[in-house]
Amino acid sequence: MYKVVTKRFLNDAHTICLFEIEAPLVARHAQAGQFVIFRLDEQGERVPVSVAGYDREKGTVTVMVQAAGRTTKMLHTVEQGDFISDFVGPLGKATEMEGLKKVCVVGGGVGCAIAYPIAKEMHERGIDVTFIGGFRSADIVILKEELKAASDKLIMCTDDGTYGEKGFTTVFLKQEIEANIAEGKPQFDRVIAIGPDIMMKFLADVTRPYGIKTIISLDPIMVDGTGMCGGCRVIVGGETKFACVDGPDFDAHEVDFDSLLKRAAFYKDEQDEAAKHICNITGGKRHG
Amino acid sequence: MANMRMTKNEMPEQDPIVRAGNFEEVALGYTAEMAIDEAKRCLNCKNPQCRTGCPVSVRIPEFIAKVAEGEFEAAYDIVTSTNSLPAVCGRVCPQEKQCESKCVRGIKGESVGIGRLERFVADCHMSKADKPEPEAPASNGHRIAVIGSGPAGLTCAGDLRKMGYDVTIFEAFHKSGGVLVYGIPQFRLPKEIVAAEIANLTKMGVKIVNNAIIGKSITVDELFADGFEAVFIGSGAGLPQFLHIPGENLLGVYSANELLTRTNLMKAYRDDYDTPIKRFHRVAVVGAGNVAMDAARVAKRLGAEHVYITYRRGKDELPARKEEVEHAEAEGIEFELLNNPCAIHGDEEGRVTGIELIRQELGEPDEKGRRKPVAVEGSNWILEVETVIIAIGTSPNPLIRNTTGGLTFTRKGGIEADEGGVTAREGVFAGGDAVTGSATVILAMGAGKAGAKSIDEYIKSKG
Repeated sequence: MYKVVTKRFLNDAHTICLFEIEAPLVARHAQAGQFVIFRLDEQGERVPVSVAGYDREKGTVTVMVQAAGRTTKMLHTVEQGDFISDFVGPLGKATEMEGLKKVCVVGGGVGCAIAYPIAKEMHERGIDVTFIGGFRSADIVILKEELKAASDKLIMCTDDGTYGEKGFTTVFLKQEIEANIAEGKPQFDRVIAIGPDIMMKFLADVTRPYGIKTIISLDPIMVDGTGMCGGCRVIVGGETKFACVDGPDFDAHEVDFDSLLKRAAFYKDEQDEAAKHICNITGGKRHG
Repeated sequence: MANMRMTKNEMPEQDPIVRAGNFEEVALGYTAEMAIDEAKRCLNCKNPQCRTGCPVSVRIPEFIAKVAEGEFEAAYDIVTSTNSLPAVCGRVCPQEKQCESKCVRGIKGESVGIGRLERFVADCHMSKADKPEPEAPASNGHRIAVIGSGPAGLTCAGDLRKMGYDVTIFEAFHKSGGVLVYGIPQFRLPKEIVAAEIANLTKMGVKIVNNAIIGKSITVDELFADGFEAVFIGSGAGLPQFLHIPGENLLGVYSANELLTRTNLMKAYRDDYDTPIKRFHRVAVVGAGNVAMDAARVAKRLGAEHVYITYRRGKDELPARKEEVEHAEAEGIEFELLNNPCAIHGDEEGRVTGIELIRQELGEPDEKGRRKPVAVEGSNWILEVETVIIAIGTSPNPLIRNTTGGLTFTRKGGIEADEGGVTAREGVFAGGDAVTGSATVILAMGAGKAGAKSIDEYIKSKG
């Protein structure tokens, strides 16, 4: 059993929640870009979620989870001091940072939670970090202060303009790239984009003509997270890769987004159906 | 006086039509009367060959003699003196290729039902209310780490504990048992049986740490730094192989591992568990080994109207156990033999619509003596299915390979180890599928046993 040491909602709309979990075996080696798999209880499914932070001395790992399907909605009802049955990792490869000098990190929605530790670590290593964070509207914005502290330049934007700039992350990424050219500043030597698959696809389109290497973090359907099920197959550069062990980071200009988008929706019907059946009496808690 | 009937007592089974709709165990087990009658078929040979056919050297004629006398607990003690998992072995060992293949009674007629008797003895013990707790030997102070709680790891851990070692198993999954829990289906090996066998080991003092992925959470080097004196790697062969044919990433193509893990480990077939699974209708399984049979029978139980086994060779070459093939046939699994897949077709949304097969003819025998399939040109046809399950084997998981120095590996990615499990690195031993690639439960158990013996010798040699 793994104890929830801290629980805190990160935005006004309570769509994204932070959980700090006591898991010394995971905290020992966790790095930005990796993920863990958690399971609520005996009947629970294994759900992958990115590492948002860790404290090696305390032996805790932080995750930031958006309530989307049945399991994540139920996780949101778990309280500080409660226990969840499983928390395993770290899984996947850490985000590559070696040799980078100037990076633009782009987060979309809950993707900012995954992008944050990457930006933070890069910033601590002295890499010049521009962070572009995009959200639908002001009520779901997260990590305002943290992102400011983890970047040299921060651009926050919302689709409806209720917080920060109005517009999509793609627009601001292009603007920053163009500004680097116009002002004769060094260009980004890498763009790291994390968010909805469709956003990452369009961001890849933005950087492609400039030849800027762009890394995205994928979160496909998987069961075990150790290379066993092969459910997380993605096509990268014409080859089949397993996101759990070969990734989750991949070169955006080589990922077959068409196949990725289709695979992500495979269990949509089952998930929608399952989410409908969360107990109304207990509010999602399985055992009263 | 020995029972000279030529045939084994038949195994009582659930009716095929009924069982194809549930996940309850297929084989029901002998009654005490059947077991005693079967045990009396053993001639108690002076020089018993059956034992030489058993990778864990079960004292077969001795335990059978006790069954014949109705002394079932005594029989259990004899079996468990060399075998830590008798209820598992009695169910999933290919006895026809091992102990039973050496039985004198098999020369004229059928061999003694050794596997069925082993299962009976184990089940009989398990169902006893007042059974004594297994003894926990005092620790000799030497700490040994075992990686993986599958058949190799459990056997190695059990044997070492019996010798007095302080043993800790590290398991990546939330449940212990490895392939016994994620791979072999409930209807062939009930998970309650596996849990009970593992509970026996923990009562003996074996420690198990779940959710610990060696190579990720902890490395082998760290295990030594943490004070373990030897490490046994029994991490299995978890990496699914694919065919590398067009369409393999379409929606509705699964590895057998994914299907089996969802149903067996995650219990997706039960309404009260959250892991989703698709409702199947027409399913093609590629491959014809035991795992392919398991996958096909799981798909049938999940409600598929048609389940096809597609295999490039013929019936005589089927690699699965005869018993598994017969069970599958009885449950209505359809065999499309001498058919090799060359592509998977899909619709605009990327969902599978069919698998393209080429008919095969058998040509000259290959180096293993198996006749080689040769494609009949222009014979391509499409079998309409919405689900394709790839069950053509697995290879060792690279996690340990990528994070452990000092080991050497085979061309297929297995750890190089000798028959005793000794690897190129001092203090590191390995066995089971992690060494051989996918094989059987009992061979892995044999390797776990050999590893335990080598570890004991190694620790003693260090003084």
